[in-house]
Amino acid sequence: MKTASRIYTVLLFLFLFAPIAILLVFSFNEAKSLSVFTGFSLKWYRELFHDEATLQSVRNTLLLAVSAMVISTVMGTAAAVGIERLRVKWLRYTLNTATDIPMTNPDIITGISLMLMFVFVGRLFGLANSLSFWTLLIAHVTFCLPYVILQVLPRLRQMDPSLPEAAEDLGCTPLRAFFKVTIPEIMPGILTGAVMAFTMSLDDFVISYFTSGAGFQTLPIRIYNMTKKTVTPKMYALATIIFFVILALLLISNLTDQGEKKKD
Amino acid sequence: MKKLSASLLLCALLVGLLAGCGGGKAQSTGSAGTLTLNVYNWGEYISDGSEDSYDTVAEFEIWYQETYGRKVNVNYDTYASNEDMYAKLSAGAVSYDVVIPSDYMIARMADEDMLLELNFDNIPNYANIDDDFKGLFYDPEDKYSVPYAYGIVGVIWNAAEVDEADATGWDLMWNEKYSGRILQFNNPRDAFGTAMYKLGLDVNSADKADWDKAYEELMAQRPLRYGLVMDEIYNMMESGEAAIGAYYAGDYFTMLDAQADGVDLRFYYPEPTNYYVDAMCIPSCCQNQELAEIFINFMLSRDAAVANAEYTYYASPNRIVYTDEEYLDDLGEETIEILYPEMEDFAAQYNETAYRNLPQEMLDYLNTLWENVKIN
Repeated sequence: MKTASRIYTVLLFLFLFAPIAILLVFSFNEAKSLSVFTGFSLKWYRELFHDEATLQSVRNTLLLAVSAMVISTVMGTAAAVGIERLRVKWLRYTLNTATDIPMTNPDIITGISLMLMFVFVGRLFGLANSLSFWTLLIAHVTFCLPYVILQVLPRLRQMDPSLPEAAEDLGCTPLRAFFKVTIPEIMPGILTGAVMAFTMSLDDFVISYFTSGAGFQTLPIRIYNMTKKTVTPKMYALATIIFFVILALLLISNLTDQGEKKKD
Repeated sequence: MKKLSASLLLCALLVGLLAGCGGGKAQSTGSAGTLTLNVYNWGEYISDGSEDSYDTVAEFEIWYQETYGRKVNVNYDTYASNEDMYAKLSAGAVSYDVVIPSDYMIARMADEDMLLELNFDNIPNYANIDDDFKGLFYDPEDKYSVPYAYGIVGVIWNAAEVDEADATGWDLMWNEKYSGRILQFNNPRDAFGTAMYKLGLDVNSADKADWDKAYEELMAQRPLRYGLVMDEIYNMMESGEAAIGAYYAGDYFTMLDAQADGVDLRFYYPEPTNYYVDAMCIPSCCQNQELAEIFINFMLSRDAAVANAEYTYYASPNRIVYTDEEYLDDLGEETIEILYPEMEDFAAQYNETAYRNLPQEMLDYLNTLWENVKIN
């Protein structure tokens, strides 16, 4: 039984990580091929750092992800607080369901609907380019919001409501009580929400595909468009770098988590 | 991903009811008199400075400033298929100044008033375009387009596995000796094309019986096939995973560069076969036609045209390119012979065998047959 479970675990990890490992290995390939390894070389990394268009799309993607994360975190937290304070039960449920729609809706529907709306509004104002960075940002905030709300709401529910009340009894204004007591209490939820919003925005393809305009292409779109010819190994190099950056971030966040648990 | 283009098209239809490409007002003069040029091209279809090549967009920006004393900022975006590009433009969602569609799409866009007539006074280098590329079916009066590159479909085979004697015509892709080693296109137009060329049928036939015959042929090929592929063909041929497949001549050289030890890729043209031409056009939503024409003219100038032809490995319709010493030297005699095969009358052959826009009814029928090819 024990060997069986070991084999199972090994297989599981193999399937999970083999594709990443292949990508990693071939990013150091000297040739252009994904099947034949001819020798170790950093050529594709050099190529990557000379490919201004790809680097620009990486910058675009990061700029978009960070902006979407900040906006949706602030808006999502505010929305969660508002929803939690609603005393009318059916209204709270309705709002809760409504905010979940962008999350459960298929991406392609969200993308098309948003594009139709943007083009319609663009027409009203007589713009030649209805789609731009701003439409992309609005779209990303739209689908990131529910994830933030989903993370913050349970934290609010878990919080003892007498805590902010106590702060107010001791002379805090409601606003001050909110920032001094409520926010620190729900901070873990806000942070998880922010991280989720960031990752959702980072790897979104479908919605971006429909809502991006001239002069602002994100990385997933750029890679998709390379398929007339083959995707160049530069992309393996880029994926490897992204993989390690994210791995490092995960390690750091896990280590700090552990540290905090020890303090508790 | 096919589904994506389909939905984009649907979406374009919906918005198309509201408006088409164009409509909005100019906004191309940005801050401090900097001009903006929006270019929309296939991915990986321009020399972009990688591997020490010529950076076409950057060179244009420098050249423009030196020549006209004004800064120009080029937004260079890419698309993955003609349908993607068509959908984005016809939805009126974006405005581009230069696009590079393929032949049948140019015909369709011209039909739908989505292209502007070019002012050839601003494109003097057009004189260098070979006469073979004038008056083609998609733009019979040469009003809308300037050819950028063309390609011809051929059969790629691995000489380490396949007998040279067998390597002729479309028959090789139906040769039972190589059962399980053959690759077929994973899109209906190209896949049916191979069968119809083999049978000597018209690839733009309006007769359903012709399509049925091609369908039978594809079904007969089924047990011999290793798979239906698009750009996966690169890795499969390079590594020797499969031995026979049809693709564009330019792409064959990309594979040749990366073939594994023990793999010996060769290439030939079956008769008849498919030709395509991609050409530069100005869509009706263009914000600065003169600037777009200057860009097109620049793309035809010696340095840019040669660099692009070398980068993409596709044949160039530009006389300056295929008579350029350096270009001929860089590519080598064998490559040139394959890329630019001797042809009696290119225009006639091309007009006969190129894919046209099929009527909707035929497209639907083709798609139904194709679903069966894929499922069975």
